Amino acid sequence: MNKLLNWVDERFPLSSLWNDHMGQYYAPKNFNFWYFFGSLALLVLVIQIVSGIFLTMHYKPDGATAFASVEYIMRDVPYGWLIRYMHSTGASAFFIVVYLHMFRGLMYGSYKQPRELIWLFGMFIYLALMAEAFMGYLLPWGQMSFWGAQVIISLFGAIPWIGDALTLWIRGDYVISDATLNRFFALHVIALPFVLVGLIVAHIIALHEVGSNNPDGVEIKKNKDENGIPKDGIPFHPYYSVKDIVGVIVFLMFFVSVMFFAPEMGGYFLEHANFVPADALKTPEHIAPVWYFTPFYAILRAVPDKLLGVIAMFASIAVLFVLPWIDRCKVKSIRYRAAIYKVNLAAFVVSFLVLGYLGMLPTTPGRTLVAQIASIVYFGFFAVLWYTSKNEQTKPVPERVTK
Amino acid sequence: MRKLITALLLAVAPSLVLAAGGGIQLDQANVDVSNKESIQRGAKTFVNYCLSCHSAAYMRYNRLGADAGMTDQQLKDNLIFTRNKKGEQTKVGELMKVAMTEDYAKEAFGTKIPDLTVIARSRGADWLYTYLRTFYVDTKRPTGHNNKAFPDVGMPNVLWELQGVQEAEIRVDDKGTKHVESLKITQAGTQSVAEFDQTVNDLVTYLVYMGEPMQLERKTIGLWTLGFLFIFFILAYMLKKEYWKDVH
Amino acid sequence: MTTDTVDTGKRRTLTLATSAVAAVGAGFVAVPFVSSWAPSERAKTAGAPVEVDISKLDEGRLLTVEWRGKPVWVVKRSNKTLEDLKTLDDSLRDSASENDQQPEYAKNASRSRKPEILVLVGICTHLGCSPTFRPDLAAADLGADWKGGFFCPCHGSKFDLAGRVYQGVPAPLNLEVPPHYYVSDNVILIGEDGSAA
Repeated sequence: MNKLLNWVDERFPLSSLWNDHMGQYYAPKNFNFWYFFGSLALLVLVIQIVSGIFLTMHYKPDGATAFASVEYIMRDVPYGWLIRYMHSTGASAFFIVVYLHMFRGLMYGSYKQPRELIWLFGMFIYLALMAEAFMGYLLPWGQMSFWGAQVIISLFGAIPWIGDALTLWIRGDYVISDATLNRFFALHVIALPFVLVGLIVAHIIALHEVGSNNPDGVEIKKNKDENGIPKDGIPFHPYYSVKDIVGVIVFLMFFVSVMFFAPEMGGYFLEHANFVPADALKTPEHIAPVWYFTPFYAILRAVPDKLLGVIAMFASIAVLFVLPWIDRCKVKSIRYRAAIYKVNLAAFVVSFLVLGYLGMLPTTPGRTLVAQIASIVYFGFFAVLWYTSKNEQTKPVPERVTK
Repeated sequence: MRKLITALLLAVAPSLVLAAGGGIQLDQANVDVSNKESIQRGAKTFVNYCLSCHSAAYMRYNRLGADAGMTDQQLKDNLIFTRNKKGEQTKVGELMKVAMTEDYAKEAFGTKIPDLTVIARSRGADWLYTYLRTFYVDTKRPTGHNNKAFPDVGMPNVLWELQGVQEAEIRVDDKGTKHVESLKITQAGTQSVAEFDQTVNDLVTYLVYMGEPMQLERKTIGLWTLGFLFIFFILAYMLKKEYWKDVH
Repeated sequence: MTTDTVDTGKRRTLTLATSAVAAVGAGFVAVPFVSSWAPSERAKTAGAPVEVDISKLDEGRLLTVEWRGKPVWVVKRSNKTLEDLKTLDDSLRDSASENDQQPEYAKNASRSRKPEILVLVGICTHLGCSPTFRPDLAAADLGADWKGGFFCPCHGSKFDLAGRVYQGVPAPLNLEVPPHYYVSDNVILIGEDGSAA
């Protein structure tokens, strides 16, 4: 066994890869609940890739047969329904996990120096994930697939001068059609997964270069023992691998509960109107994007002007990219930051949830007003952060991590 | 800031209530998809009254047979009325299609006739149950009927012989919108009100079953999976505890 | 970090137990993915048994039906033909049908359930061409002893009227007899052996 390993190591850095990323990667010993979601995101990625590959074996990316081929998978393919529910549940699970992962970053300042690039890679992953989810949602070719794509693609029409030509180019037709479906399929199953995997590799390499942050926001590399090992660090394997397995199992319990007992999740994971085949002549009474897009959709609708709405929506995502430079406070963890940051972050989360909720509902003047207030709170988070973080009244940060 | 949050929450709360309502009050269908007799009765109503116009083009006869406990012969004798171009009876493994072409349907009814395989997943059981029982006489409509759940529906009231003639009391509000206040059977059909409700309940049970034939199976598999994960969890948790003894 | 009180035996046992359960789990997860490659309900319907009505089939004639995308022949043989079959044994490769090219109930002199009715998959056992039906006795191109049979135009393989392959031709095996049974006197179901085989 050792001989074989040596043989491989002389030709491929297997042992050193293992040591760099698992066996001798020293992670802070004080990770809490919030640190499960990174590895869970990786798990969901694997679930999506495997189930996705098997779905493409039976799915037909053709406007005339796409809807029927999905029902074919659900009924005629042995266990096709299980693979499809795995994929549809996985899509929502991906966003749940990623949102919690991002919230962890906000709480403990994981985006701050020296981890700005990790955050940037992460934001690009999020962006690619949104594109991946959006294009994947067209494939079942139901009414929501069709009209959701119609609305989102029309957003690009708001761009001055080139808008109309751009939407026509994206669709490849005067309406969403077979051409659109076919290209979205190609992007969904080949192009974007490549981009996603590449970005995730970059995200992890960057993380393992600078080392993980922790709930105290203490740099463990500043306190090393005589062997150069961080005093507050423990090898990722076996300590965090065994811990993450427990996290994975608990996560899977929730995952399979949805998958087997409520795959539609009350119409939030699989929307009711998507069980009607796409019909270019009949708009459903109420179009709502899937839940993970609704916060941004609510911001879009809160602005009365089409172009400004689109700008606001894109800005709401773009502003997250520059977060490491907006937050000028030196202290990372929320544990040692001023009350204003805690309140600010809480308001941000509430505004995000409120927007997410409103984005699912049809508009009324009252709801639009609430959405406008929530949008202001959303953007206000960044303004307040910029303004208050420079001279924040922080608490003293300990030298070593706390229990 | 806290005040703002409270204000926001208060402002959103009413919309929660609004979201729950919308449209008319639906009657509860209370279907039980584990009831095979109900599915069988519903299937019979389906092939007799619905399948002549609506297809169920993703559903196979023998799938129904396997799930509701009917042999191929029973399917052939009781449920399969369609034939192919050569005049041979549709095979048990085939899909529930109809002979009517799309073009003919468009001419006759002015619209594409929806496929019903997954109708229960888009409309919901309660809506179907309400819709099928709330046709009422409306001489202004080409079919002679209107519907409470689906105003100005194009579909004729195919179950009228069973239900009888139902008439509505209509209230027109200030905006000119019509509201169906109440429905009354003015001429009895071949079934009593209770019998008819049962017939529709069976039919909706069948539709719900057909929307997702694997729905009972997936719950069984789900329970086994959860049981397995529970055992896995205990072991993995003990392993984690054991290793983490090192960490102080 | 202290490692002085480590119970390595317990660790090894727990690691093994967890790994074993994980392996079982992986096995379960593989089930739906592996089974999804099996023929779907659509494929099964397309490959379902086919009924053939032979009430109008005349003696010496051949009827072709499609079963699982392959031609299946039904031939009604005369008594003369059945007699002729017995004389051919010496010129055939596998006159007693020793090779597993037919269900047990067709492993007899006529290779059929009813002596006069022959059911065959019409695919040459050489390279998969479909042979032609040549009932004409002593055909000019097939020699004076030709008692009727099947001739494969691709590579010249010859079979008799029981689907048995002649010696000296490329095809190695007799033509295959598909599973079939008589639903009634005149109706054959091709694709199933039937309960009373």
